[in-house]
Order: sequence, then C-alpha cells, then structure tokens
Amino acid sequence: MKVGIPREVAAAERRVAMVPRTVERLRKLGFEVVVQGGAGVKAECSDAKYIEAGATVLADAADVFEQADIVLKVNPPSAHEVAMLRSGQVLVGLIWPAGNESLITNLAERGISTIAMDCVPRISRAQKLDVLSALANIAGYRAVIEAAHRFGRFFAGQMTAAGRVEPAKVLVIGGGVAGLSAMTAARGLGAIVRGFDTRLAVKEQVESLGAEFLVLDFEESGEGEGGYAKVMSEAFLEAEMKLFAEQAIEVDIIVTTAMIPGRDAPILITSGMVETMKEGSVIVDLAAERGGNCALTVAGQVIEHHGVSIVGYTDLPGRMPSLSSRLYGNALAAMLEELGGGETFTIDTDNEIVRGALITNDGVLTWPPPKPAEPTTKIDYAKDFGKRPESDTAVPAPGTDPAAKAPGSRQGLMTIVGVLVGLFLLLIIGLWAPADFTMHFTVFVLACFVGWQVVWAVTPALHTPLMSVTNAISGIIILGGLLHLSASATTGAIVLGLLAVFFATINISGGFLVTRRMLAMFRR
Amino acid sequence: MLDIVIGTVAAPAGQPDAHTDGSSLVTIAYLVAGVLFILSLAGLSKQETASRGTWYGIIGMGLALVAAILGPDVTLYGWLAIAIIPAALIGGVLAIRVQMTEMPQLVALLHSFVGAAAVLVGFASFLDPHAGMTTSEAIVHEIEVYIGVCVGAITLTGSIVAGLKLHGSISGKPLMIPARHLLNLAAVIVTVLLGVWFVDTAVDVAGNVIVMDTLGVLLLVTATVITGLLGIHMVMAIGGADMPVVVSMLNSYSGWAAAAAGFMLGNDLLIITGALVGSSGAILSLIMCRGMNRSFVSVILGGFGAAEGTTVSLGDGPEGEIIEISAEDTVDYMQAAKSVVIVPGYGMAVAQAQHALADLTKQLRSDGVDVRFAIHPVAGRLPGHMNVLLAEAGIPYDIVLEMDEINADLPDTDVVLVIGANDIVNPGAENDPSSPIAGMPVLQVWKSQLVVVMKRGMATGYAGVGNPLFFNDNTRMLFGDAKKSVDGMLGAIGD
Repeated sequence: MKVGIPREVAAAERRVAMVPRTVERLRKLGFEVVVQGGAGVKAECSDAKYIEAGATVLADAADVFEQADIVLKVNPPSAHEVAMLRSGQVLVGLIWPAGNESLITNLAERGISTIAMDCVPRISRAQKLDVLSALANIAGYRAVIEAAHRFGRFFAGQMTAAGRVEPAKVLVIGGGVAGLSAMTAARGLGAIVRGFDTRLAVKEQVESLGAEFLVLDFEESGEGEGGYAKVMSEAFLEAEMKLFAEQAIEVDIIVTTAMIPGRDAPILITSGMVETMKEGSVIVDLAAERGGNCALTVAGQVIEHHGVSIVGYTDLPGRMPSLSSRLYGNALAAMLEELGGGETFTIDTDNEIVRGALITNDGVLTWPPPKPAEPTTKIDYAKDFGKRPESDTAVPAPGTDPAAKAPGSRQGLMTIVGVLVGLFLLLIIGLWAPADFTMHFTVFVLACFVGWQVVWAVTPALHTPLMSVTNAISGIIILGGLLHLSASATTGAIVLGLLAVFFATINISGGFLVTRRMLAMFRR
Repeated sequence: MLDIVIGTVAAPAGQPDAHTDGSSLVTIAYLVAGVLFILSLAGLSKQETASRGTWYGIIGMGLALVAAILGPDVTLYGWLAIAIIPAALIGGVLAIRVQMTEMPQLVALLHSFVGAAAVLVGFASFLDPHAGMTTSEAIVHEIEVYIGVCVGAITLTGSIVAGLKLHGSISGKPLMIPARHLLNLAAVIVTVLLGVWFVDTAVDVAGNVIVMDTLGVLLLVTATVITGLLGIHMVMAIGGADMPVVVSMLNSYSGWAAAAAGFMLGNDLLIITGALVGSSGAILSLIMCRGMNRSFVSVILGGFGAAEGTTVSLGDGPEGEIIEISAEDTVDYMQAAKSVVIVPGYGMAVAQAQHALADLTKQLRSDGVDVRFAIHPVAGRLPGHMNVLLAEAGIPYDIVLEMDEINADLPDTDVVLVIGANDIVNPGAENDPSSPIAGMPVLQVWKSQLVVVMKRGMATGYAGVGNPLFFNDNTRMLFGDAKKSVDGMLGAIGD
C-alpha cells in the first residue's frame, strides 16, 4: 500500500499530515510513503528529512494523488483536490461532514472511501486516535500564549524594587481538554486562574491544576452525551450570565471554550460585559469558528473594543505547526494501524472506531454512523487525566454488608471459647503437672510473649532475613542431640543424637551465613 | 564404648550436687545465649541494626554450643566432630551457593532439618530417659516426647513438600483429594488416640515407670508416619501464592518442635528459643493472612485459587477494551514523569528482571525522576521476598516502601509500573463486594495518572479473579516477558 501526503492548499495552513517521525512509523506498519516536495516546510520538516525517514519525494501534488492508494490530509480537500482523487482511493483527514454536505456527497459519488479523523468515536480504545483532543490541548495552550502576548503585564505577581506588580487574573470558561490545557498554561505563567464549567464533575480536575472552580448557586448538571456539555435551562443560564458579568469586572484575561455539538457556540460574554472589563484586558475566543462565545468576536481576527482585545483566531493549533503536525500524524498512524497496517489493509465496518469515522465507503454515503446500540453508560469525564469523581467509585465499604456481620459475631464467640479452653488447660496444668514442668512452662509462656513483642517490631522488608535467622537459632535444637552424646547413653540414643546434631548444624551454619549474605545486600 | 546398660545412668543435669561439675555455669551461659537471641531478633527491626542483630545470634549460638560441649553431658567428642564438621560445611556451601530467587526453597529446606532434628531428639529422648522420674514426671515426659515428635514430623514432611513446590519440582497447584478434610481430621484423631495409648504404656498397672518398651517404640513410629503423611497432604493442598503463609507456618512449627524438645530435656534455652521462633513464625503467618484478608484456617485448609468460591466472579469477569503500549512509549512516559512507582510481584522474580529493573531505576533517578518501589505484604513466595531481590539488585532500601507507606502517595504519582503482579493491584478487592478477594488490602495504583501493567498475557492471577484494572482508561498493557520488556526500556532510554 502506498500512502501519499500532499502539501496542504488551504490559505495560511502551516501543518502537514505527516512529519518524518510519523513517516517512520508508517514504514514500520508496512506502508510505502510518497510526499509532495515542500509539504512540511512550514512545519519545520525539510524534504531531506522525509527522504531520510524512508519517503519518496515527488514534485507535484498530481503525482502524489496519482500514485497513492491512501491520501492523508489535514484539512478537507479543495475542489481541485477532489478532482484529482479517483475511485477506490482512501482519503483520511479532518472532514467536518456536518458543515460540508456537498463535499461528502461529491466524495461518495466519486467512489472514494473517506475516513474523517474528526469523527472518531469518543471511546477509551480510540484515545490515541483522538485528534480533536490533541489539537484542543494545543489550542488551549496557544490561547493563553496569544493572550499573554497582547496583555501588558506579567502573569505572575512580583515584588520589585520599583514597586509591586499584581498577578493577572485569568478566567477560563469550559473545562474540556482545551479549557484544562489553558488553565495549566496560565497557572504555569503564574496567574491566578479561575475555571468554570456546567459539569460539576470537572471541578476536581480544575482544582487539581491549582485553579479555583467557580460554582453557581444552582442545581443542574450539564453532563451530556459522550462527555460533552448539553444545553442548559433558562434559569441556569441566567445565573451563569450573572456570574460571568461579575467576573468580567474583576479578571484581566478571559479564555472561552464553550461549544455544544451540532450547534452554534453559546454567547456567554455580551458586549456589555466587555465594556465593563479593564482596559488592556484580553479575551481569547476558542469558539470563534462556530460563532464565538463573545458577542463581538470576529472569526480569524483580533479586534479591539473599549480597550479590550478580542482574539478570534480559528487556527490556534496551526500556529504551532510542527507540534500539531506531529500529534496529528501520530493519530493518523494509529488509524492506519487500526485499519490493518500496510499488509492487511481493510476497511472493517464492524470495527467500532473505523465505522464511526467512515464518511463514505465505495460510493455510499455512510454518515452519520448508526448510533451504538448502547450509548456510553460510563461517561468519560476526563479521558486525559484518568480521574473520576468519587461518586463513581463509591461502593459499600467491606464490612457494612449485613451478610458480613454474621461471621464477625461468630468470631467473637470463637474468641470466648478459645479463652475458656485456655483457662481450662492452665487449670489442669496447675492441678496435676509436676513442679519441674510448671517452671519450664512459665519460661515458655514468657518467652512467647517476649517473642511476640520483639517480632512485631521487625520491618516487613527484613521478613526474609528474619525467617533465616530464626531458622538458624532454631538450630539450637542441636542441644537436644548433644545432651545424648555421653558415654552413659544407649547406642540408639547416641546414633539418633548424632543425626540430630548433623541436621541442626546444617541449619546453624546455613541459616546464619545466608542471613549475613542477605543483610549485606541491603544498602541505602 | 556404646554397650552401656540402662540404669547405670550418670547424674543428669540439674541434680542438687551438680554445681560442682559446672552445670550452673552452663545454665548461666544458656541464659546469656537466650538474651542474645532476643537481642538478635530485636536487631532486625531496622536495616541499620540488622547486621549487629545477626552477630548477637551467632555469639549466642557459639556460647550455647561451647557451654553444652564443655559441660558435663557431652563426652563423645570424636563422634561429635564427625557429625558437626561436615554438616557445618554443607550448610555453608548451601548458603553461599543459593540464588536469591531460590531463597524460599532454602528456607523451607532448613525448616525440614529442624523438623528432622526434633523427631530424632524425640526418639533419642524416649530411648534414653532420665532415671528416677516419678510417675507424673514420666507421664509428662512421654507427652512431651509425643508432641515433639509429631510436630517435628509435620514440619519435616511439610517443609520438604513446600520446598519441592517452591522449587518447581512438583506442581504448585493445590492437590485436591476427595474428602481431604475428613482425611486430615481422621489423621488428627488417630494421632491423638495413639498418643493416649503411648502415654499409657509408660506406666505399668501398678504405677511403676516403664523405662522403655517395644510397644512404645512401635506406637511412636506409627505416629511419626501418620503425622508425616498429614504434613505432606496438608501442604500438597495449598496453592503456590499461599506459600508465604505455609512457609511462615512451618517456621512457626519448627519453633514449637524445638520448644517441645526443650520440655522433654528440661532445657530452658531450647524452650526460650523455640518460643521465640514459634511466635515469630506465627506473626509472619498472621501478617501474610491479613495481607490476603483471609483467615489462617482457610489458608491451611487449602484449595484456594482452583475451586469453590472463585467461580462466582469468573462468569461475569470484567470486560472491556485494553490499550497496549510499547516499551519505548513507556520509557517516554516515565522520563517525562516527576514520580514513578514500581510494583513488583512474583512475575518479576520468575523473569529474573530485578537487575535490569535496577539499571532502569538508576537511569531514571539520574534523570531526576523520583522512582520508588511499592511492596505488598504477600508479593512473592516468602515474607519479604521482594525486598531481598531488590536489595540483591542493588536498589537502595530507602526507596522500597511498604503498601501502607505508599498508598497515600499514589494519587500524586505520574506513572505506576506494575511488573508481574496482579491480585495485589486489583481494584475489585476494594469496590466489588462479590469478588473472592473483596476486602484484601491492595495497592491503589489505579488512582495514579497512568498505570503500565507488564504481563505475559491476559491470564488471571493466583486468585483466579479477573482484574478490572486492565480495562481502565488510564491503564496501558505491556505484554511480554518482564525481563525482555525491561531490557527493551533500557535500550530505549539509552537512545
């Protein structure tokens, strides 16, 4: 199978579908790779690097499309590119089928199989194919960097000889991947960070990043399908807007990341709120492409209103092209692996991940995919952080189970019986045993208690040396053999005694030596 | 030289006029030895004092031996040398040659020697009793002999079977004979009845002491055989991972056998030492049982991990998608991490991965990663087994922590590397009341940011319970031989 990587044609696009590093991975998966000359130049990937990674560099896009069985892209194909695709070819890239109906019908008609990386289902197994999370992570980081670039102060507070600089206050709306990434970046620069999300489950993660989670005085969870937020009730929205209005007066930077699948982004920051913000403040709107969370946002541009900069860039991940390309390429490689690699490449519609991302297949439009039979019962609150709210893991603690009580009371009974039996035995010994025996018995019981006290103090790390040392000293049974080695004993007793001495001596020498050997190994 | 007639016995130790022959001095030497043994165990409480503790033990033992040999009871020095010198050499060679991974077998083997010695001392003491015992003294002596021999026999055969199992000479799987509990019970009852009969033969109808008779010998031999078989059967029924309990139990038995020998010989040093060893083994068994949240009785009855109880969860075991990871990616994660915790299990010992792991640890630590080890009480086949293996590989003991010390730190840990362990990191023990291992204390590795589980395959652990950990979102599976995987990581870290 031959994989082709053309240069991206979209205006101002710096990314490329595969960097040399990910090309190597494809080679290992058994693919041949052809790259259009200069495809990676803007992402800091020279043609020489591609050749080094085992790719063949072709001059023209047409050649790449001609030779490749699979075409890897970042952006949806342009009309010109669609024309170059031929029936039976596979196209993998970001397609955004919801907004590009004419494109996908066209692809279907032309008999092209299309896999949209933006449609990979959000299930655990598909995490490594999840380009949206990877790109959102970059976007969140970059949003803070853009804000810092336009903001006239330090993020971190400082006490300098020339005066005190107060720390910047950053509000991040939305606790998804981008939001959390933005909070991390802002914290890293030293700002005071506040986070807000309609999903209370996010609180723990926000706080774990060192940010403050703003809570509404209102009960309603915004947890929707697949871990995305859902549309909230009127009253909730009112309370939310009030919170934002209060915050707008106070904070210096607002990063908004609120999006609801299949809808325009909700307006959260009105122009009125912008006007109450301090001059020099910055708003970065990550939802700009979908209309923006701020009423004044202009997609792709930075505007200024009442001294407040409003950044509406829609290409934030593209502003870090080499990193974006690398992570995107990794996800693509994972997808090609999911499709069977170079040797056994098949589009298996029974594969949940493949089916979810498959937009067109052999001339048939296969989007939207059928709903999975069982919608995600286990909601993936924080796939990138691996944490879950406590309520999810809360289970009856062992012992609270009523059934478990019965053995407990039985154990109590056993203890009482044990004590009684012990007392009875002591009584018998006291009544009938010879004086000599009781004396030895006293020593025995006291020694048991001393042993009990002493051994509990032994650190668990030394339990093996403890066993070997007790082994060695239990070789003291050699005395039992020795005491029969007198000329006055019977032959049988002497022979048995000698054997006992033999075995016990092995114990003594072996036990002590091996203990010393082990202890010598324990080093700090 | 050996044709001494019974009855013309020399003055036994402890007679009123004995101080003239120095037996009081001997007793004082025994007292000092006893104290030194206690100090020896006390020294093991910390790594810093452990070495001194062994010296106390060695000095105590030397003192006791010198006192006994120079004392009035021992006269056959030639024979003594013939028994002691080769045995000391054999013990020395065993101790120097043994691989640290073979420690469990060696410990079991040494237990069996104590058991054998106890049986022999019991028989010798029976054949060569002190003269002039009163009737009640004779009866108590017979009881002591009988108990000493029976406990010794169980220790002897049980330890041999345990050693063979640990060595892999016989299968570690529990042997399940039908009606085995009844069989054990029958053996115990028969042993007790034989014991009553045996004690009865010590005294004739008129109440006079019978010094020795053939019936008594016969009964004692029969009892030895029966308890020996009981020892074999009992350990055969216990599965591989319950071995820590079995070995510590046998450790305890060897102590009780020594104590019984002390009673029959009227020797306090033997009694003290036996009691120390016995309680030490009992504590270790208890710790192991707590580590598995199982009662001592249920472990000893055996059969865990193969039959009843485990079927509950096998049908509806956890299911889901697992995410694989490569050795290279694991290294990437670990190098990027601030803190890494490594959880070793028996699989590490089997794969002999501890040395490679030590190199990996060294590399990561020199890169500034905080690497620590977490040891579950029942990891491995011997209490403290993992600590010894890690120490052998040169891993500093202050980064090797116990479960209770590290569990609180796990939520702040970036990467946990589980190597050859399963049940001890099973979240089902905490949050699935229907799990056979419910309530067992486990290392809460799932609370960390990322868990990498190194395993040969998806097989269940010893308890036969599926592990939901493997299906967690923050768990990655690294399949393959542990040693090869760690070597792979070392290769990747070198790049």
